[in-house]
Amino acid sequence: MKVGLEIHQQLDTREKLFCACPTRPATGKPDYEFRRVLRATKSELGVVDPAAQFEEVRRRVYVYQGFRDHTCLVEMDEEPPHELNMEALEIGLMCAMLLGARPVDEVVVMRKTVIDGSNTSGFQRTALIALGGGIKLGDKTIGISTLCLEEDAARLVSSDASTGVVTYRLDRLGVPLIEISTKPDITTPEEAGAAAYEIGRILRRLRRVKRGLGTIRQDINVSVEGGARIEVKGVQELSLISKVVSFEAKRQEGLLRLREELRRRVPAVVVSDPVDLTSEFEATQSNTIKQGLKSGGGVFGVRVEGFSGYFKFEVAPGKRFGSELADYARQIAGVGGLIHSDELPAYGVTQEEVDAVKRKLGCSDVDGFVLVVAERTRAERALSVVAKRCAQAIDGVVEETRAAQPDGTTRFLRPMPGSARMYPETDVPYVRVTSETLSRLKSAIPPPLEELESRLVSLKVSSELAKQAVESEWLNVLETMLAEAPEAAQLLCSVLTQDVRELSREGVGVDELPDHVVLELLRGAVRKGLLRDQVKQALRLVATSSRSVGEALEEISSTTISLGELDAIIESVIDSNKQLISARGAEAFKPLMGDVMKLVRGRAPGSIVSQRLAQKLRERTERVSAQG
Amino acid sequence: MCVLGESRLEGYHGLAYRKLVEAGVNVGDTVEVSFGDESFVGRLMPRVESDDDSVVTIKLPNGYNIGLSVVDASVRLVSPAGGLHQQPPVEEAVGFGAGEYVALISTGGTIASRVEYETGAVRPALRASDLMSLVPELEGISRLKTQVLMSILSEDMKPAYWERIARAVYSELEAGAAGVVVAHGTDTMGYTAAALSFALRGVDRPIVLVGSQRSSDRPSSDAYTNLLCAVKFAKESFRPGVYVCMHASTSDPTCAVIPGVKVRKMHTSRRDAFKAVNTRPVAFVDRDKLVFLDESSKGYVVGGGVVFKPGFSDKAALIEYYPGFSLDILNWLAEKGYLGVVLAGTGLGHVSSELVDGIARLRRSGFLIYMTSQCLYGRVNMNVYTTGRRLLAAGVVPLGDMLPETAYVKLSWALANYPLEEVDGVMRSNLVGELSARSVYSGEWT
Ligand SMILES: [Zn+2]
Repeated sequence: MKVGLEIHQQLDTREKLFCACPTRPATGKPDYEFRRVLRATKSELGVVDPAAQFEEVRRRVYVYQGFRDHTCLVEMDEEPPHELNMEALEIGLMCAMLLGARPVDEVVVMRKTVIDGSNTSGFQRTALIALGGGIKLGDKTIGISTLCLEEDAARLVSSDASTGVVTYRLDRLGVPLIEISTKPDITTPEEAGAAAYEIGRILRRLRRVKRGLGTIRQDINVSVEGGARIEVKGVQELSLISKVVSFEAKRQEGLLRLREELRRRVPAVVVSDPVDLTSEFEATQSNTIKQGLKSGGGVFGVRVEGFSGYFKFEVAPGKRFGSELADYARQIAGVGGLIHSDELPAYGVTQEEVDAVKRKLGCSDVDGFVLVVAERTRAERALSVVAKRCAQAIDGVVEETRAAQPDGTTRFLRPMPGSARMYPETDVPYVRVTSETLSRLKSAIPPPLEELESRLVSLKVSSELAKQAVESEWLNVLETMLAEAPEAAQLLCSVLTQDVRELSREGVGVDELPDHVVLELLRGAVRKGLLRDQVKQALRLVATSSRSVGEALEEISSTTISLGELDAIIESVIDSNKQLISARGAEAFKPLMGDVMKLVRGRAPGSIVSQRLAQKLRERTERVSAQG
Repeated sequence: MCVLGESRLEGYHGLAYRKLVEAGVNVGDTVEVSFGDESFVGRLMPRVESDDDSVVTIKLPNGYNIGLSVVDASVRLVSPAGGLHQQPPVEEAVGFGAGEYVALISTGGTIASRVEYETGAVRPALRASDLMSLVPELEGISRLKTQVLMSILSEDMKPAYWERIARAVYSELEAGAAGVVVAHGTDTMGYTAAALSFALRGVDRPIVLVGSQRSSDRPSSDAYTNLLCAVKFAKESFRPGVYVCMHASTSDPTCAVIPGVKVRKMHTSRRDAFKAVNTRPVAFVDRDKLVFLDESSKGYVVGGGVVFKPGFSDKAALIEYYPGFSLDILNWLAEKGYLGVVLAGTGLGHVSSELVDGIARLRRSGFLIYMTSQCLYGRVNMNVYTTGRRLLAAGVVPLGDMLPETAYVKLSWALANYPLEEVDGVMRSNLVGELSARSVYSGEWT
């Protein structure tokens, strides 16, 4: 198995890559909307890119939503791009140095054709800034092929297959991305996961990358022996990478097995022209078909020679060839789905109807058929896609771009783009990268995370927590706070790792809080000497209500007590129960706990109260016995 | 936009040029650039002239272009490619019956160019086959007869070219075209539209100028819609006159058709840069429909047959007045042999009262002076303030709601086609809709 990764990470720059708009996402409703169409353009040689043509065939109308504070005429493709954002380029070059890649001497911005509407211009601006280098996984080196700087695409809002209207928000369009592509040196699913993790760690070391869901996206190229290169797009979680790789490898192996079986049965897969079968279903009891006919469609079908039994062929766990076919029909022709002979009779389709269809299509026993219920042109388009894919089954794996699903499986997205889809962006001047620039940047690279980790340990943070802390997406906040209040290291690490994780698992939108808000909150908490649990509550309050940081801290400290106050209560209870303690020793804990909790009146969690009480009690009894 | 020449090392000079010549390399060849133990192989790409002379640009096999400094590198020819292919635009002669086709004349600009995908260089091209492949829907609208009249940048347009375009349009109409579409760069399209309006006064068929604000290589180009709508209007509107057809808004499907003497480019880059000034569009067009805003064609001499006067003089000038403006400028024009000037004055049509005496002297010497407003919207009225009245007395001729650019084109045309003593009269009269008697309220100002 050969696997290559393409990691896309959003950079945390002040401005976008080719305009002065901010890179933070917009909240709230868009300020304006406009509509566009995109066309596939022929290259010099009169060749239209297959991926581009595929999108054009779908005849989409794109609606774009803009925001006065987040998008300008550049994102609208109404103004030429400004010059390349130097802040982004510098981050990219620092990353190149960390990967041991060789920066180019002059950066040339290119246009990469993308006409799914996610770029208003119909292309994505991208520049190759460094080549080569690698990362270490134990003894093995995974080579890096290229490092590119590119603009992020618009965010998909909705897509209506029946009207062909696709809606995008423009706030994300133009946010700088760094794209790191590895060589296909990865050979196992586990290695893929480890490589992605290592690259993520190098990126985080730069301290200039965005955090939160969707700010890092992985594309994976997978090919098994005898298979073909498959590009899987849009893996958003690190943990899914090895899963996606192993699913995709199994799928390709499945397709190869199908190929072998097919080759034993037929020399080539022949598919008939589409036939109108509506009259065969005039009196049907099938709800699916009845509904399709009622909305003005018909039943159309093709005979697939020698294919009987292969539609239900399991190409990967839980994925039959028939459902692969349905993915193509849905994606390309926009039909709801299809029905194949291996699953009939079912869905209210009777054996008599199946027989009638077979007669009309002229199916022999080894032939299969596929039905589509839709309006004629759409159905015919779907069936021609089906015919093509069935015919290709005898070749094995088809090169294509697939989309990763949240469960780790993949689905057909579009044909693989051709290589002729790139040409220079003539509106942006070249940028010279001099050795002076490089040496200046080299000295500006932040220290490795290991350094921070050992500093945390020296500040009495457990090594386990320190390890987690340097992995935290809140690294920048943590470092800023450490500089101001190193004595609070333990609290800061706990809050910025476990607590924020727990909060976001509960659905509290803590990830969306801007860095400066969290910083302000932590500063206040440290100043007031709040407990870890109180800090967590304050975070929750700020993220879920309209309270300001000051209000939240005030509210938490008035409804909760600080560590000092808690200790004072405990001391006073111990003082007034000296006899009980000397009589019952450790046994005194339970009644004392009851007394303390009464005085605390719910202003501190029981776990902390019991922990502090136990500690104070131990101190007291030790002192007493030492004195005695 | 750069239109590249024929050199085999386009854009290279200095050190990089010398090393490439030494290595016997041309643009398009596959080369190896080596730095000791490290080397890069790719195809040599042309460069933009003004760049660093120590860098070569190569296209890597993955499609990306990168720049490499050759100061410490050696260059070696790996395999020659015979240069990048170029197809010269070809005219296509096709026999059509009268009224069956639209004639498409290309003068240059973004709409009449296509990009060379490897280099990104923009080259002129406008064959019927190019257009049909660009906009296949054209086939359902009209047959097309195309010619590449000239391939110049919009900013290089001049009065002599207006005459060439006018003659080409006239002969296409004579030959029986249902209408004529003129593909033009957008920067000066308004001027050429005005020029054709005067040169072909009384024309009985539509002449439509069209351009694009986004080059046609990009999938988002406005060229498709604009061209489609222009050809549709030329073929189906039966509306005589000269118009500009461009995007009506930032959204794609609809174009506005605006009278050629009342149109102005009002934005540097937006698709809907062209606005009707002191009037409104005559129609909105999209792929499926053509909606007229106003069924009449007032102000046009219709039915009298075309009065073909294609001459333009280069002895007219257009000057925008500004605080601090010196009479020297006008005196210089007169000394250099200019016959007249259109002033874009302030507000209702003013220049500094200190200039009045000097202007009166110039007028007396036979130098023609016309007044329009730099406000663009609204009309001049020189009776309201003293300075205006004094300028009128000095012989300045007010031009109502005529756009300064239209007035300049008209002056250039009038000077070439009428005796000097008739020019004032020509300038004052409404020939093709350039002057309107009424200022119609157009709604809230935005
Ligand atoms: Zn912007």
